[in-house]
Amino acid sequence: MLVLDREERERLEEFARQIRIATLEELGHLGFGHIGGAMSIVDLLAVLYGKVMRYKPDDPRWEGRDWLVLSKGHAGPALYATLALKGFFPYEMLKTLNQGGTNLPSHADRNKTPGVDMTTGSLGQGMSTGLGVALGLKMDGRPNRVYIILGDGECQEGQIWEGVLFGGNAKLDNLIVFVDYNKQQLDGYVDNINPLGDLRAKWEQFGWFAQEVDGHDVGQIYEAICRAQAAEGQSSVIILHTIKGKGCTFAEGVELNHHMRFTKEQIEEAIAALKGAGRDAV
Amino acid sequence: MRFELDSTAMKDAYIDALIELAEQNPNIVVLDADLMNSNSTVKFMKRFPGRAINVGVQEANMLGVAAGLAAVGKIPFTHTFACFNARRALDQIYMSVAYAKLPVRIVGTDPGVTAAYNGGTHMPLEDVGFLRGIPTMTVIEPVDNEMLRGILPQVVEMDTPVYLRINRKQPVKVYKPGTEFQIGCGHVLCDGTDVTIIATGILVPEALEAAEILAGEGISARVVNIFTIKPMDEELVIRAAVETGAIVTAENHNVINGLGSAVAEVVVQHFPVPVERVGVQDLFGEVGSVEYLQQRFGLTSAAIVEKAKAVLARKNS
Repeated sequence: MLVLDREERERLEEFARQIRIATLEELGHLGFGHIGGAMSIVDLLAVLYGKVMRYKPDDPRWEGRDWLVLSKGHAGPALYATLALKGFFPYEMLKTLNQGGTNLPSHADRNKTPGVDMTTGSLGQGMSTGLGVALGLKMDGRPNRVYIILGDGECQEGQIWEGVLFGGNAKLDNLIVFVDYNKQQLDGYVDNINPLGDLRAKWEQFGWFAQEVDGHDVGQIYEAICRAQAAEGQSSVIILHTIKGKGCTFAEGVELNHHMRFTKEQIEEAIAALKGAGRDAV
Repeated sequence: MRFELDSTAMKDAYIDALIELAEQNPNIVVLDADLMNSNSTVKFMKRFPGRAINVGVQEANMLGVAAGLAAVGKIPFTHTFACFNARRALDQIYMSVAYAKLPVRIVGTDPGVTAAYNGGTHMPLEDVGFLRGIPTMTVIEPVDNEMLRGILPQVVEMDTPVYLRINRKQPVKVYKPGTEFQIGCGHVLCDGTDVTIIATGILVPEALEAAEILAGEGISARVVNIFTIKPMDEELVIRAAVETGAIVTAENHNVINGLGSAVAEVVVQHFPVPVERVGVQDLFGEVGSVEYLQQRFGLTSAAIVEKAKAVLARKNS
């Protein structure tokens, strides 16, 4: 099935809403965190963990699993919320984010969190490690797929473009790279700092099957993934046009929302707004 | 020099040994960054085309790809000149490899002055310092082909990252065939009672020559080929301090952060005795022949003799 039916679409939208609420609850315990870039990838996570990826929450290192490399490792809290909702670890563990001794550190860590496949945080590096995973799986003829999530600011790193050149030539059709193109980075708007230009044309020039979709439309994301998976003999990239801080009342539309401090009231208000947007509120 | 030059270059002894191991172990994969002909990894590619990757000139990506391969059970060996494999890709080694607990084997060729005609830009005199500061990293500098062949099977078996510092050229023969080696256990090459010379790499034969010169002057020098700079064989170093009361270190590296520093750390903590360090005295590399550069930077038996006498004077004062 290449198109989501209405029921499936609503299920994934609901999952995305739950991930957003869980992410806010998780960050709310701390009062600060990488809110903007966490909220912008939620709809993608909902599609991946809600429909596309193969995994076993009770066996996180299952050999048959698909791999996710969250190269923009600072969005870890959104991934943790997703994994908790899917039962990789107790929901209550989300309260331990960034506390001393926690298994949920600010940046994703494969050795700490059940379900996290790669250690990331120093930007640019997940591109290469993800390529290595895809290459290794392909060497052995294994059917597992690999998904890499890059940030747009991260695409200013030289290592990304080393990987884009290498990955284009390696023709890894078991790999899909996503660029969370939310147009904002820590210091402000990407276009005011070091613009990326026509990202799609750049990746195409490097030999990738490149698509651009609305990164908050679960249907568009799913359809693009299906098209990418059908593109045999070519590595795929999907550029997701997103909004940094999407769905969070105090973060969306704010220029400096990469890492924010927030009050308990702000969090409660944001969660209430999300709950009000759900079907259960109707 | 009383040592015979090996007819086989170290890069060839290395890759032949790795190919032999790879015949038995299908998970061994080789990566290189456009130096396959320089490093002889091209031989591996000919034998196992599906298990050798030339990433081109992209060291950072190579280390990351290797880490990803390790994550799915491969045993990756990365290759390029030591200056690029250790220095240029340092953050990738730190995070994608070591912090992520992904055992990549990093093979840096042309260490120190053996970079010779490539000059200062290519002369790694700081690589050991960089890498030994990373938790879980093992740092090894084998002296000859026999030792390299002896330790390579252990390197394959390790589940933590390893940095191998390898001279590409023909080494002298220090060990007889069949000698056994254990990573982390230094080798006493000749015993002595007055002073201990602890050396690595191309400074090992210089140390042995220095011991002969010192013997001619009535000074009994012990020579240790430590070869594993991290983890340091502390017991052997402490024994040298206790039994000889004076130590000279000798390395093809900056004296800051390298072998000399590592030995001094053990000595000051466990049994303080005078230590003198032979090595590059915090200078950048230069272009020239290996022989010229050894003279230029004082990486010679004569420099070791001089430091041995200086450390003995301190010991006896």
